[in-house]
Amino acid sequence: MTAIRKVLANTWLDAISLIVIGIVFVVPFIFIFLTASKTGPEAAMFEFSLPTNFQLFDNIREVLEFRDGRMLLALWNSTILTVGSITLIVLLSALVAFVMQRRQDRVASLASSIMLAGLILPPAVVPTIFVLQNIGLYRTLLGLIMVEVAVTMPFAIITLRAFMATIPREIDEAAIIDGASPMQVFFRIVLPLLRPAIITVIVVSSVGIYNDFAGPLYFLPGAENVTVQLTMYSFISQFTSQWHLLFANVLVITIPPLVMFLFFQRQIVSGMTKGAIKG
Amino acid sequence: MMSESRPKYILRTYPHWFYIPAAIIFAIFFVAPTVLAFYFSLTRWTLFDATFIGLENYQRFFGDPQLSAGLRNTVIYAVITSGLKVIIGLLLATLLTSRLWLKDLLRSIIFFPVLVSTVAVGITFSVLMQPTTGLINTVLRTTGMGPPDWLGNPGMALFSVAMVDVWRGLGIATMIYIAGIMSIPDDYFEAAKLEGGAWVKFRYVVLPLARNATFTVILLSFIGGLRTFDLIWTMTRGGPGFASDVLTSVIYKQYQAGFYGLSTAGNVVLFILVTIIVYPLMRFLNRRELAEL
Repeated sequence: MTAIRKVLANTWLDAISLIVIGIVFVVPFIFIFLTASKTGPEAAMFEFSLPTNFQLFDNIREVLEFRDGRMLLALWNSTILTVGSITLIVLLSALVAFVMQRRQDRVASLASSIMLAGLILPPAVVPTIFVLQNIGLYRTLLGLIMVEVAVTMPFAIITLRAFMATIPREIDEAAIIDGASPMQVFFRIVLPLLRPAIITVIVVSSVGIYNDFAGPLYFLPGAENVTVQLTMYSFISQFTSQWHLLFANVLVITIPPLVMFLFFQRQIVSGMTKGAIKG
Repeated sequence: MMSESRPKYILRTYPHWFYIPAAIIFAIFFVAPTVLAFYFSLTRWTLFDATFIGLENYQRFFGDPQLSAGLRNTVIYAVITSGLKVIIGLLLATLLTSRLWLKDLLRSIIFFPVLVSTVAVGITFSVLMQPTTGLINTVLRTTGMGPPDWLGNPGMALFSVAMVDVWRGLGIATMIYIAGIMSIPDDYFEAAKLEGGAWVKFRYVVLPLARNATFTVILLSFIGGLRTFDLIWTMTRGGPGFASDVLTSVIYKQYQAGFYGLSTAGNVVLFILVTIIVYPLMRFLNRRELAEL
């Protein structure tokens, strides 16, 4: 009897949690999809209903063609920003994590405390503009890349250093005895072994940089080098009566993180919940 | 210190210059602006020339209720979001570690919003929270509740944005708690099963043993909550009036208005706030983790 009651209770719990979580977390995404598939006037009613005329692909095409393909340009710029930043972050952070973990000296502990500050302090925005302007990088993609690299490296170094500790020293020492130079040890032996942690760093930071809004808002104003987050933000005013296009835009820019999530869920979850804390 | 006792030919493989490329970028684009902020916050500043005016910017900042409201709201926002993430995150994690089919799917569903751009989330919820036609109020009306003006009511706007922040960030809190609960040895759960039901398990096993997870969630939500900008800016722009202004939106508004010195003073206030709240939390957390080793 109790066993049956338990099973029934569990089924009820299942059903209720599924319904509540479904409503709270899934309905907003369905709403985005439905609104992005409607005609202008129908979308403006904000109803949670099926579109009478399914025109998602027309809406997406219109968003991409809007203002001579400004959205396409933004997608391109965001790709350069993300790929450029990630390449530098991975390479430079791995170099630091390698020496820092293997040689736990005064330099390493100094670097550790500086990184802690980088992890918790927000950037000083106007002084950063001042610095960028003085070295000629204000309003350039390269300037924004440098800022993203600087603010993301502490997280990357901590994640890579933690993984570095699991690679036995004997492996590098064997290579050293065989006559390998520091660069050879790093590039041929350590970097390939760091692969799982590097994947975590790549997926977590690329989602963060791709989604960054304040960075481009301050350091990359102007139409020609706009990124996707900023484009969508400026569309809010231009599309006020065209909610179907605004939501088609929301849908388009949500696809890259969704793809990342489908392929790298495990790395993203562990990278975001573990790496960030252990200083 | 262990590695320093190793022979020189081995230490040579870990040269200090490997720090240099990262250090240069970090120094120019993070450390330099941070240090400069303290000086420029004491000036009237146009980016081209700066006149030293002492503490005038800070006096203005704390004297003007519209500016200092940003400080108060930032703290309220951080406290509300981290408190709710702790409570709901722990409950969801307890649910999602019990015998529940579909729990993997539910975990993924809760986590996904973490990855969605804040601007997209802000736009979507601004529409869902529309006072007359928004989906949330349409549903509330069918249940007979008086539908509030989520973002238009000055007393509610900050709270409404905080709710959306919780919606978006709950996935991280839940996953941290799930990891914490899964690391509790099975013996404890067995003992709790003998003593009583689900409540005993929750109250005397999960709650005390997931304490480290709680500190982690509080720490992460505070760091995020104190620095919050994107959601506030896309949903209310600090409005109505100044009702939902936080430090970062004040910094942006003063920057837009050309008051660079004042904006930077706001930035320094934010540094100090983050440091006095987060740094002790972090020390405390690290000490606890060391004690457990």
